[in-house]
Amino acid sequence: MLSANLSAIFYLISGVLFILALRGLSSPETSRQGNFFGILGMAIAVTVTFLSVGNFSTGFVVVLIFLLIGGLIGAFIAYKIPMTAMPELVAGFHSLVGLAAVFVAIAAFLNPEAFNLGSPGNIKLGSLIEMSIGAAVGAITFSGSIIAFLKLQGIMSGSPITFKGQHPLNALILISIIVIIYLLCSTQSSNLFWILLGISFLIGFLLIIPIGGADMPVVISMLNSYSGWAAAGIGFTLENTALIITGALVGSSGAILSYIMCKGMNRSFFNVILGGFGATEQSASQQNKEQRPVKSGNADDAAFLMKNASSVIIVPGYGMAVAQAQHALREMVDTLKKNDIKVSYAIHPVAGRMPGHMNVLLAEANVPYDEVFELEEINNDFANADVAFVIGANDVTNPVAKTDPQSPIFGMPVLDVEKCKSVLFVKRSLSPGYAGIDNDLFYKENTLMLFADAKKMTEDITKNL
Amino acid sequence: MEIDPFIFRLSIFILSIFIGYYVVWSVTPSLHTPLMSVTNAISSVIIVGAIIAGLSGNSDSIFNTSSIFGFLAISLAAVNIFGGFLVTQRMLAMYKKKKKDK
Repeated sequence: MLSANLSAIFYLISGVLFILALRGLSSPETSRQGNFFGILGMAIAVTVTFLSVGNFSTGFVVVLIFLLIGGLIGAFIAYKIPMTAMPELVAGFHSLVGLAAVFVAIAAFLNPEAFNLGSPGNIKLGSLIEMSIGAAVGAITFSGSIIAFLKLQGIMSGSPITFKGQHPLNALILISIIVIIYLLCSTQSSNLFWILLGISFLIGFLLIIPIGGADMPVVISMLNSYSGWAAAGIGFTLENTALIITGALVGSSGAILSYIMCKGMNRSFFNVILGGFGATEQSASQQNKEQRPVKSGNADDAAFLMKNASSVIIVPGYGMAVAQAQHALREMVDTLKKNDIKVSYAIHPVAGRMPGHMNVLLAEANVPYDEVFELEEINNDFANADVAFVIGANDVTNPVAKTDPQSPIFGMPVLDVEKCKSVLFVKRSLSPGYAGIDNDLFYKENTLMLFADAKKMTEDITKNL
Repeated sequence: MEIDPFIFRLSIFILSIFIGYYVVWSVTPSLHTPLMSVTNAISSVIIVGAIIAGLSGNSDSIFNTSSIFGFLAISLAAVNIFGGFLVTQRMLAMYKKKKKDK
């Protein structure tokens, strides 16, 4: 049996390895090594836990069986999942972390002796506070992630679900969570513990249903953050350094990602959380009903334009993921490159349904990552490019964000696509994007609309090149 | 007067938030999806608590309410650990540089 001090040192080591795992992600070259550090840290933490409990006679085999079952399921999912389904996968995984945190909190509440926290009905006050915070945040993460998963998977409609009195109701529930935690700590009543879990599940559900599909990058990042804080709460209860360090890392990581995503939409965090888009935009979309002329073309026209260009910038968006067009796109680009045309990719921070979504899809299609640029890196290049090829993106290219202070997306950083000599817009119809507003780009002189499925259109263009 | 050990844990927690803050800002935006999947995997270190709960039964009864919740939590966390690290590895293996053979 490992002494408490020695195991604490090992937990510290695994915490440090987790820091190195994140540090590795600063560049693709070091990232694989970083992932290895993460695996090593996890292996150390699990091994040390077995050794420090030192109880190999009783539940050990059962523990291993459950570990193996979970591991096999996890490995199976990891190998089978298509890259386009990554947002759903991450949301699903978040829900599992949340539920695991809830279960650990329940186990600790029912059997505090096993964790050195006192006896049932007489749990140390500090531990009880930490435990109930961990359990509540875990429950919110669980139910919130389930809703996010259902919305991303398309099982539940991606449009915001709002009702009267939503915000006061949520505020009331949040206040009652705090009151219940206070009462729980003073009475140690197990009934209050179950009520706490119940209403935490409920608030997680209520918080996510009013948030729409394209705001999912913020939601996923936020739930990522929550899962970290839940882990940290449990870490305090278990007095475990690895868990505290990890919880803090994950918590701040998710918070930073949410911040970056909000900035990419020029919206405040609260605006997104309160389900901002939807109510305000209805008026805007109704005004723009008059028909304006658009130029539309076919694959032949597009191929002609690109063949005569010397540089092309590709702007992918969520539509590319839906149409699974990334491979077809890469083939088109290969053909362009054979004709000595310079091609680069421009990625908006909120393109897709989660941070970095487009980058992963392009990497999957074997696009070298040094051809893929972020908004700030490439935005000045549009003025010098001949053709912008917009595939499945919409709102992130809308020049209205720069010109019309009345527009709901005013101030949002957008890609300066309109500065290109010509713009090719692959889209199924003229319907407005998620923000519900018309895109001025459709009606510009130098824009050619290509009405088709993204994948089919790209394949056709390649044939015509 | 002695300092409560809680204060030490709180210090570790606060300092780790700062480490997280600076480390995550240095993550390149193109790796934000792998960042999410790897943070997902490491936050499943909560399995530590699940294992303690799972091993808490005595020889008469391996299964009590508390240890059953422990066992379930072990499986949930294990899905995340294996799934999270493996899917991250799969993604990272796809990030390639331009071939310099022109």
